[in-house]
Amino acid sequence: MIIPIVRTAIVALRRDRVSLVLSFVVPIAFFTIFAVVFGGQHDTVPKIKVIVVDEDQSRASQQLVKGLESDGSLAITTKPAPTEDQAKPIDYTAVTAEAAVKAGDVSVGLIVPPGWGANPISFRGDSDAPAIQLLNDASDTIAPQMVGGLLQKAAMTAIPETMAEQGMKYSEQYIGEFTPGQRKKMNDGLEQLRQIENWPDSARTGAASSSSGGIIAVKSRSVVGENKKSPMVSFEAAAIGVMFLLFTASGSAGALLDEAESGALDRVLSSRISMGGLLAGKLVFNILLAFTQLTVMFLWAWAVFHLDFFSHIPGFIVMGLCTAFAVAAFGTLLASICRTRAQLGALSTLLILVMSAIGGSMFPRFLMPEAMQKAGLWTINAWAIDGFTKVFWRDLPVTALWQQVSVLLAIGIVLLAVARRIARRWEYA
Amino acid sequence: MGDRTSGNSTPSTLASALPLEIDALVKRFGQVVAVDGISLELRSGECLGLLGPNGAGKSTLIRAIVGRVIPDSGRVAVFGAAADSPAARAEMGWVPQDLALYPRLTAKENLRSFGRYYGLTGKKLDEAVAWCLDWAALQDRAGELTRNLSGGMKRRLNMAAGLIHQPHLVLMDEPTVGVDPQSRNRIFEMIEALRAQGMTIVYTTHYMEEAERLCDRIAIVDHGRIIALDTKEALIHNSFASRSQVVARLDGPAGRVSTWAAQRGGRLVDSTAEFTIERPTEITGLLEGAAAAGLELVDLSLRRPNLETVFLHLTGRELRD
Repeated sequence: MIIPIVRTAIVALRRDRVSLVLSFVVPIAFFTIFAVVFGGQHDTVPKIKVIVVDEDQSRASQQLVKGLESDGSLAITTKPAPTEDQAKPIDYTAVTAEAAVKAGDVSVGLIVPPGWGANPISFRGDSDAPAIQLLNDASDTIAPQMVGGLLQKAAMTAIPETMAEQGMKYSEQYIGEFTPGQRKKMNDGLEQLRQIENWPDSARTGAASSSSGGIIAVKSRSVVGENKKSPMVSFEAAAIGVMFLLFTASGSAGALLDEAESGALDRVLSSRISMGGLLAGKLVFNILLAFTQLTVMFLWAWAVFHLDFFSHIPGFIVMGLCTAFAVAAFGTLLASICRTRAQLGALSTLLILVMSAIGGSMFPRFLMPEAMQKAGLWTINAWAIDGFTKVFWRDLPVTALWQQVSVLLAIGIVLLAVARRIARRWEYA
Repeated sequence: MGDRTSGNSTPSTLASALPLEIDALVKRFGQVVAVDGISLELRSGECLGLLGPNGAGKSTLIRAIVGRVIPDSGRVAVFGAAADSPAARAEMGWVPQDLALYPRLTAKENLRSFGRYYGLTGKKLDEAVAWCLDWAALQDRAGELTRNLSGGMKRRLNMAAGLIHQPHLVLMDEPTVGVDPQSRNRIFEMIEALRAQGMTIVYTTHYMEEAERLCDRIAIVDHGRIIALDTKEALIHNSFASRSQVVARLDGPAGRVSTWAAQRGGRLVDSTAEFTIERPTEITGLLEGAAAAGLELVDLSLRRPNLETVFLHLTGRELRD
């Protein structure tokens, strides 16, 4: 009696393409994305982009920069890429490097101050010796820690002579009978190391910290988000918001399929309403729905997570409307492609989850391999998140959003044009 | 109920034209010819029935008239205007076979929505909605969600939505499909009310009784063609003149009954033998023949031909095959 039931179920499943897609294609697509991002494909692990400004230009500092450049985990730049306007760009300065970190062009900026090479080792944490400045974006908690660690490694391997020279200095201080004074110095040094070991994580990775957890003194400073109460809230509001906007838009646009199935669409099109007018009406509704959804999301973030919403109203409106337009067009296209609600459900689930994964709605794109970061630029999610991040995280003006606005509008227009073309099948038989 | 046809007078430029003119209309779907050269004209205030079995091409013809199907050839004019023109759409109401309604809107909201799609606003829209609710006897259920209405109520609302913009020509595509006899009678009364006001109607059905009750003229449609078009009486007369039908149920082996019926110029339909006779005296001869063939008569009736027998006569098939 069991076998006939199993056979019937198998036949039914074979004919249910929606279930097949959700059962096999979606999990495989997701597994692949997560495996690529977090799996053991070491050759595709993203390099951390670092700007190095060597203000010291000493032998030690030059050796250190060379050591950093030879590290496979870092992508070191000292000057901007050549452009048509500037074929030979000048080296970054401390100011331009900070601006680049603020703009999100790189993850970390390292400033080697003048005089650092004269006393590069801070085994004892000499407070008067110039320390390397590490400029970072507080939303990225991983990159500064990695760069800090690799900096110590580079110091150990790239400047051995300096290490030896400094070691001798310290040996001279400690050779021979330990006088009470010597004992005190040693104890002080050990105590300082103990204190460093016992520092809480927040002190080591906070907005501004003096980190001498290694032989090189590094002062970290968050140049973006130092005053933000919840670093990831604006990112999450945009990331999660856009993903659910896509679901809502495709579901709402699916009303077209209901109307086609019930015959209401035929009746509407036999009135004074044209197909173009109908799609335009649906689009406007879906834009308003998506914008309202985003507004509610950000207001919730403001009320509960203290997101500074009301200082960013213009940027929010611009990004909100552009994002709403793009997702509404996406929903309209999906609805016009699909023949049934079930098809729409399967296709939208597959596309939206994949777009959200590679577009940064599930985890930040800076964690992804370079190729996947580039692939993410084909998604609405990536451009929308970048735009909202510019508004809420980097506090950039509306004019700085031109790139995101242009791309989102272009995406929306192209998707709508394709949807209009496909929707001709509903116009006449 | 107010006068529907006087509320939205036909524009003078259209008034002189016939409500509907179809000339040599052809529509193919791949290899299937759904409409095969149909021509007809409809006079003002007339109710024309399109009678035919499922798949005969009635709905495709209706959809071509409302501009939802582009014909391969031929012409459709509504009050002289091309079928898919704005002028034609304004003059024409369509009651599709499907329940083309928004299930999550109330009855009133549905009517208001479709009214707005036809450009009605303000007081005119309010009056049109009130008239439709009254005509469909849905005043008490105006605020009910459409999905919660009974099947018959949904059908009536579906019809009302087709008349919301006060058209002068209404196309009804099997409006009684799937409704109980009581609701069907209510729908007949609604249509008769429209007829009394002089509305021009095209009514498709595969129910002979509906066509007989409601229509002035009847077009019998089969395989995409109109095979006969006239009044009910003329159709019957043209097919049978003064002849009548004899239906005899006989007890005996089916093969023998069939052979006997064929020898006498009749045929076996659903285990009854049917004959067409000129004079009632011919019945005696039939009975004698049955007895001679060893068949025992169980039941016998004499009936005048109707549209169903006309259809059978013209096509060789039952209307509901």
